[in-house]
Parts: sequence; structure tokens; C-alpha cells
Amino acid sequence: MAEYMAQGKQPEVLFWVGCAGSFDDRAKKITKAFVKLLHNAGVDFAVLGTEESCTGDPAKRAGNEFLFQMQAATNIEVMNAYEVKKVVTACPHCFNTIQNEYPQLGGNYEVMHHTQFLKSLMNEGRLKVEGGKFKGKRITFHDPCYLGRANGEYEAPRDLLRKLEVELVEMKRCKTKGLCCGAGGAQMFKEAEPGTKEINIERTQEAIEVKPEVIAAGCPFCNTMMTDGVKGENKEDEIEVMDVAEMIASAADL
Amino acid sequence: MQYIPNIIFLLLLIVGVGYFTFNIKKVIRNIKLGLPVSVSDKGQRWANVGRIAIGQSKMVVRPVSGAMHIIVYLGFIIINIEVLEIIIDGLFGTHRIFSSYLGSFYGVLIGTFEILALLVLVSVIVFWIRRNIIKLKRFMSPEMKGWPKNDGNAILYFEMVLMSLFLIMNATDVHFQEMDNGNVISQYIASWFSGTSEGTLHIIERASWWIHITGILIFLNYLYFSKHLHIMLAFPNVFFGRVTPKGQFKNNEAVTKEVKMMMDPNIDPFAAPPAGEEQAVPAKFGASDVMDLTQVQLLNAYTCTECGRCTSECPANITGKKLSPRKIMMDTRDRLEEVGKNLDANKGVFVPDNKQLLGDYISEEELWACTSCNACVEACPVSIDPLSIIMEMRQYLVMEKSAAPNELNVTMTNIENNGAPWPFNQQDRLNWKNE
Repeated sequence: MAEYMAQGKQPEVLFWVGCAGSFDDRAKKITKAFVKLLHNAGVDFAVLGTEESCTGDPAKRAGNEFLFQMQAATNIEVMNAYEVKKVVTACPHCFNTIQNEYPQLGGNYEVMHHTQFLKSLMNEGRLKVEGGKFKGKRITFHDPCYLGRANGEYEAPRDLLRKLEVELVEMKRCKTKGLCCGAGGAQMFKEAEPGTKEINIERTQEAIEVKPEVIAAGCPFCNTMMTDGVKGENKEDEIEVMDVAEMIASAADL
Repeated sequence: MQYIPNIIFLLLLIVGVGYFTFNIKKVIRNIKLGLPVSVSDKGQRWANVGRIAIGQSKMVVRPVSGAMHIIVYLGFIIINIEVLEIIIDGLFGTHRIFSSYLGSFYGVLIGTFEILALLVLVSVIVFWIRRNIIKLKRFMSPEMKGWPKNDGNAILYFEMVLMSLFLIMNATDVHFQEMDNGNVISQYIASWFSGTSEGTLHIIERASWWIHITGILIFLNYLYFSKHLHIMLAFPNVFFGRVTPKGQFKNNEAVTKEVKMMMDPNIDPFAAPPAGEEQAVPAKFGASDVMDLTQVQLLNAYTCTECGRCTSECPANITGKKLSPRKIMMDTRDRLEEVGKNLDANKGVFVPDNKQLLGDYISEEELWACTSCNACVEACPVSIDPLSIIMEMRQYLVMEKSAAPNELNVTMTNIENNGAPWPFNQQDRLNWKNE
């Protein structure tokens, strides 16, 4: 982003990579797949790089409003300085926070989840993917809470999967009733309270019931939870957990 | 002497409505103990009332209980027209006053009531079976033991008795049966009484009539003591329910002010407050008791009818954790009632009782089990938001008590120092580019 600014240019969109997308080895693959798609579609984008910082989502949900607002203030300052207008991110938590919680603190941007952005690229004809290696395969989509219930977006990721001509099967609990993977509300970073089962195992078992070849996800944290769940059930040889962006990138053989 | 029944009826009505009003005033006073909220988007709010409350759109997400609830709901609203007639008859000593004005339409009206009454009776019996014989899981949670269970059943018994009395009253009303207009259901019940003399029938009819209206008034007054206030509060509750995206959590303005001060180099942090201005006690962060919650959250607590749809969708509860969103609402109401009783006993002044919502009612373990997934908020048919209470109590725990689970403290330190929840250097954020 700094380079664009130095050249006096504005990118079409700022790609907000997020902590998972920057540091988590599994999520970095999602980041790269999404970047490939952006290049392929000829999108002029920028990242904040080392100037990006946690949006504060886990801090806020853990009850630390002060830390959240400090993070928000810093990020907003950086983005406003670069005159950012439009943000796209592959993480529903970053998406939700920047879209819904930053405006009150002075950060007003058009924010899109990467599945929404990819869908708009396809609608504009800039990104062309049809069929490919997932054609006809049984795929189920796990709704991220912060994309689905929190923001009412259930169709964009499914539309993308339909473009891949997969056999889309729904789990018993999906869309508005979709079961959480267990990572939200800062649970990702702590042990669960005592109970009878881990949430990600419950959700993975539900996914396994519909016998998918791939569990499609739209969130790096859901991805981790479901991947762990699939391993826990010893199904890692039969079922893959993939982000929708990764599926498109690999279907198009990018 | 001939006016004695009218006078008794009037007294009954005054006592019934009067005591109910007395208690409702308490509910309003207790709700006002909460923090005030400003309300915008009135158009959207009225639309929600139409769709969610009046239109029952969220009830039918579960088709079986939804359909039966619609029957009971319609029955309740429509049969209440009959109560109007009963009140007029009771006050003026008339008998079925509407029949002389409405002519044949009266039959249509009563016929509708009778059909609805029968459907309500059937639905209520099915509801009872679901709770007591099938034992649906969501009615068997730990928080549903004892009073909540008996309360739920008591309401069903009330409705069974009231509906039966309504039908018996019509069946034993000789005039009404002779009119033979609108007695669609009661004519069959009337045949059970075929050998009974007209005098006995009259006694049964009068008795049913009196017990019916007395029952209605008792039921009205029972509402305040039961979980059943939703039949009235559901409408305002949906109106005041959330109109912003569910993912948007409340912004704490006090913190915003402080963060702005920290970021503004021109502010003198040691400046004395302006002279003459009284130094306000800083508001506490988050919530530890009902007075820290908003009026809408307290209205939520009174509105909850303990159906448990929230709990049955909660990922933490499904996997055996202690958290139950329904219990959060029940606890909030119980504590609010306790505070209300404290006010009553001490002439309107709250005397500290060394108790609070956090700890005495809701445990930290419950609060930390939440994934903030919004399943409970989505599931509630009357727009209750248990998640907002959980989040405010977490805020209190972290910002006032520094009582976060240790792993979360580590996470927060990482965010503070590295700008990420993990211990990675911020300078390495772009490393993925070259890997």
C-alpha cells in the first residue's frame, strides 16, 4: 500500500490478509490461492503488509474492549491515511469487524468477504472458472458464523461452488441454523470448558454424515477446526477441508 | 338484590385487573432500573413487529410446534372477543348481548371460537405430551427442574380448563343450542347432557360461565408470576430487538473517549476537571448485575418464555458445556425480581444484598463457554439477545476484574505486542509473499 501511495496511485481494492492469513501455515495457502485469483482476474490490489495489525475481533469478544478499540484506532488511522475505500478479506471475523464495528470509530469502507468479491468478479466476467477438477464431486459447505448469521451472507460461497459444477450437499444444520465450528468468540485461543464433546468434532461428524469429498470453508479458523476434526475422526485420507478460494484456484489449475 | 351478581362481577373485575396492573407497574419499574437506550429505525422496527411478532415468522422455523403455537396464538386473540361479551354481560346482567345485534353473524363468530377452542385444546394437550411424555430434550435441561417445569405445565392446565369450560358453557346454554347457529362443536357436547333437566343445565352453564371468567382473571394475574408474560411483552420486545447486523457488537463509548484521549497529543492527561463541574464517578465497564444492563436486555428477560430453542441450537450446550442461553435469560429475570423485591421491602431504595448476577446466578464457566456464534439470537422467536448479556459480563470480568482465562490473557498480550493473537513478529506479516 505504501508503494502505491508513493507512486500517487490508488489500488482497486485493499486485500486485508488478517492474522491467520499472514501467519498460520494452513491459512497462508488460502491467502496465496486468493492472490492467484486476484492476479488472474487482473485486479489491481494492495496489502498493508507490516502495517496491518489484528482487527481486535478476538479481544472484543474476549471482553477487552479497550484493546479492541486501540487496535481499531490504529488500523483505521493507517487505512484512512492511505485513503482506503474498498477492503476485501478472506477472514469473516476481519470482515465483520471492519464492516460493522469500525464505522462507529471513524473507519468507513466498503468491505467484502472474498467469496462475495470473487462472485462479483465472475459476474463481471473478469474471472472465468467452469467445472474443473471438482466437477461432480460431493462438496458440503460449512457456514462461518460471522459471514452467515452475523451478516446474512449464505449464497455467495454456494454460488461459487455451483460455478465449479460440484454436487453441493447440505449438512443437517446449515445456513441460519449452521453449527459453529467452535472457534468464534476467542475460543480459538483457549481450551474449551468441560463438556462431553469438542464442538469441532460434533460439527465434523455432521459433515461426515453427508459423505463429502471436500468440506468447503470460508474462514481460516473454521478451516483449522474442521481439519482437526477430520483428523480426529481419522478421515483425512478421504475428506479434504478447503477454502472456497483454494478450490477455485486449483480447479482452474492456477 | 337483583343486582348482586352484577356487583360481584364488577368487584371481581376490579380486583383482577387492579392486581394485574399493580404487578405490571412493578415490571415496568424494574425494567427502568436498566440503562436507557435510544431507538432509531422505527420503520424497520414496526416491520419486525409485523413479521416476527404478529406474523410469527420465526415460530414456524420449527413447523410442528410453530403450527400449534399459531393455533393457540390465534385462539387467544380471537376468543378474547368472546371475553368482551362476557364482560358486558356480567356488568349489565345481559345474556349473550352480541347475539341480538349481530344476528346470524353471531353464529359465524361463535362457531369460529368453538372450532378454535377445540384446536387450542388439542394443541395444548400435544404440548403437554411433548413436555411430559415424549420429554423433548429442550424441556429437560437442568434449569427446567422444579418451578420452571411446574410453571410450564400449570399454564397448559389453565388453557385446557378454560377451553373446556368455554365449550361446556356453550353446550349447556339451552337458548344457544336452540338457536342452533354456531354450535358447531358444542352441539356434540350438548348431546352428553341430553338426559339432564333444564334447571340443572342452567346451573352447569352459569357455573361454567363464572368459573371461566374467574379463571381468565386468575390466569391474567398468574402471568406476572410465570414465564408467560411473552403473550404481551413479545410485541414490544420484538420492536426493541436488534435491527443492526448480528455481528455488530455494542461499542463502549466510554472506552472510545479514553482511546481518543490517548491518541490526542494535545490533551493534558493530568488536567483537573473544569471548575464547577461535578466529577462524575466513572461508569463501570461491562455488567456484573442487572442494573448494568440496558432496559432492552431486561425487557428480554421478562419476555423469555423458556421455550429453549436458543439452548437447543447452542454449540456449547449441544456439546455438554454448562452454558445455556435460556438460563442466562432466566437468571437475569430472577435476579431482577430479587432486586425488585429488595426495592419493595425498603421503600424504593435498593439496599445492597451482597449478591449480583455474576457469580450468584451466572458462573464464569458459563460465560467463557460461548463462541459468540449468534445461534441463540437467530433461534429466538421473539428477538431476545442472550449473547449481548454474555459479552457485557465478559467485558466486566476482563476490564474490571482482570479475570480472563489465562490463555486469553496470553492472546491479548500477543495482540497488544505483536498485533496478532499469536507470538509472531509484526514485521513478518508479509513473509507469505515470498514463501
